[in-house]
Amino acid sequence: MNMPRTAKDKAAKLAPELKLRIHDHMVQARLTEELLIRLVRGGQGYFWIGAPGEEALGVPLGLLIDKGEGPDHDYLHLHYRSSPTVLTMGAQPIDLLRQMRSTATDPYSRGRNFVNHFAIKAWNIVPVTPTIETQYTVGPGTAWVQKRHGGTGISIITGGDAGTAEGDFATCLNWSTRPGHELPVLILIAHNGYGISTRAAETQASPHLHERAGPFGMRHGEVDGNDPEACYFALQAAIDYIRKERKPFCLQANVSRLYGHSSSSGAQLIKDERDCLVEYEARLEKEGLLSKDAAEAVHERWRAHLKEAYQQVLQEPMPDSADIWKHIFAPAQEV
Amino acid sequence: MANLAQAIRLALHYGEENLGVTDIFGEDVGPPLGGVFTATQGLKTTWNTPLDERGIIGTALGIAYAGGRPVAEIQFCDYVFNCIDLLKLCGNAHWSSAGEYNVPMVVMTPVGSGIHGSIYHSHSFESIASHIPGWKIVMPSNPLDAYGLMLAALKEPNPVMYLAPKALLRVKGEELIPGEPADEKTLNQMINAPLGDRSGWAPNWPKVEDFTVPLGKAKVCREGQRATVISYGRTLPLCVTAADELRKEGLDFDVIDLRTLYPLDMATLQGSLRKTGRVLIVNEDTEVTNFGEHVLRRLIDTCFYDLEAAPVLLAGADVPGVGLAWELERASVPQQPDILAAMRKLASEKA
Repeated sequence: MNMPRTAKDKAAKLAPELKLRIHDHMVQARLTEELLIRLVRGGQGYFWIGAPGEEALGVPLGLLIDKGEGPDHDYLHLHYRSSPTVLTMGAQPIDLLRQMRSTATDPYSRGRNFVNHFAIKAWNIVPVTPTIETQYTVGPGTAWVQKRHGGTGISIITGGDAGTAEGDFATCLNWSTRPGHELPVLILIAHNGYGISTRAAETQASPHLHERAGPFGMRHGEVDGNDPEACYFALQAAIDYIRKERKPFCLQANVSRLYGHSSSSGAQLIKDERDCLVEYEARLEKEGLLSKDAAEAVHERWRAHLKEAYQQVLQEPMPDSADIWKHIFAPAQEV
Repeated sequence: MANLAQAIRLALHYGEENLGVTDIFGEDVGPPLGGVFTATQGLKTTWNTPLDERGIIGTALGIAYAGGRPVAEIQFCDYVFNCIDLLKLCGNAHWSSAGEYNVPMVVMTPVGSGIHGSIYHSHSFESIASHIPGWKIVMPSNPLDAYGLMLAALKEPNPVMYLAPKALLRVKGEELIPGEPADEKTLNQMINAPLGDRSGWAPNWPKVEDFTVPLGKAKVCREGQRATVISYGRTLPLCVTAADELRKEGLDFDVIDLRTLYPLDMATLQGSLRKTGRVLIVNEDTEVTNFGEHVLRRLIDTCFYDLEAAPVLLAGADVPGVGLAWELERASVPQQPDILAAMRKLASEKA
């Protein structure tokens, strides 16, 4: 293990307020995703792919991001299981419902892309794509600009374990560690153990994918992706290191995939997977921070919020067919 | 007169000084080599990359996302084929994000035959490039246009594919680039790196000026009544030479240099075809699903009843590569005699 020191500090503790905030965001993300699944099953969308089971990783990441536009802030090269991160950053669940229904009001693609395919320039979230690896080649570009610019902004690249099999992962390791040109990049592997239906154990020789960073001289580590506090500390340590040293870090978080790959595989709850939300609620109850009733109240608040949002989205228009001709090219600018 | 590679170099220098170019990069693009065709010698924002085309295209996209203005070079277009999905992402970022992001980047790459490049240094790319929406595509055939098209590309808020015909990279122009010294030797002394140790060398750039060839604007190189010849890149000067030869026989042609392949200057093409009633398209890409077929289809869509003879496409043979031996290369891509024969035949077809 090659983790920065703070992640190993067993005495480190989160403030109770922050723990409850993490829980709140986890519930928000989980219930949003579960509503999305119900929508696609009910014919209110064409396809679902998302992040239930990755809240313990995605929420802390969202809390630790320097949000803003331009190289002074963090760039996000996300994959399609990033709703906990983006919701924690302040995205509204209604906008995910809009993208699921492909409405004209979908702020991320105006009905053009799958749900969880964000594009938010004001927060440096570059367009999410259905490809599982291309973000690994694009991330060094934003990091290169940040390194030259100065400051503390970093480029965060997320992906799954399956995507690391593509050559783009090696590209990222190489381009982030060129001697004298090391880049402020966080490579975050959410290892859920599957590539669609194929077990990782069938296709990858080692379950410790982060170790591939070692020969490049890149620091790396592994964390329990079902433990939000462990994730918070591991991410904080990695991000602090990158911000300060302007060098890359590769972190692997071992997560669950609670509803399978996507709606194409049925999106049924898989009961033998660990559930980070259930585990965290039990832990907070044990610590005396969150009773069962209080937890249920959080769920109920988000259920009501989502119900209202859904009713709103049902009233919103679909794109006009003529919209396909919009935004093919950006208009010319004065130079 | 600058050659085409020098014209690109001068344009990139102008871009660095005046158009916000932040990064010119690729394999051997920076010092000491300055590009395998010397197109990037002496420029101040150049850097060398790993031999990793996917890394080059992806990094360019990232730089553009972060507010930079990158020019990425793929050393030969033959090596860009493993980047098709990344090129697609560059082209669809604006559309898929419904206008949230745009991608001001240029990818330049030498294309085509003519330097005995064999199977992996002779490919054409325009037909495949034109299948990737969201890109503008240019291909100059002379140094002045190479300069003006590059400046246009560097002013674009969208991705531009700059295809450089490698057979013409050493060909000198007939018109001066604004600000270029009239004396060729002087220019060479100012901007060409010396052979051997270059560690102490720096260019002495001439004060080149703004000169933009608008994207989407073709050039009528020769005017005539008998037939229209449409081409670009390496085959364009061959078509001009053929037209000059045939004019001696009393056969005069419109010869049109597309310069920009996307978007097409349909108004110029239609105007010419409506005048002549005959059209020949010449390029060297393989003939099946050839870009010229697209041009023909669009002309037939709009000018079918103006045609006096069957339209013709003269393109590369549909074979897997351009062979090294001259006998093989000659037979694979159109040469001067092929073009001359095709023009003569088209001109003599009965209406």
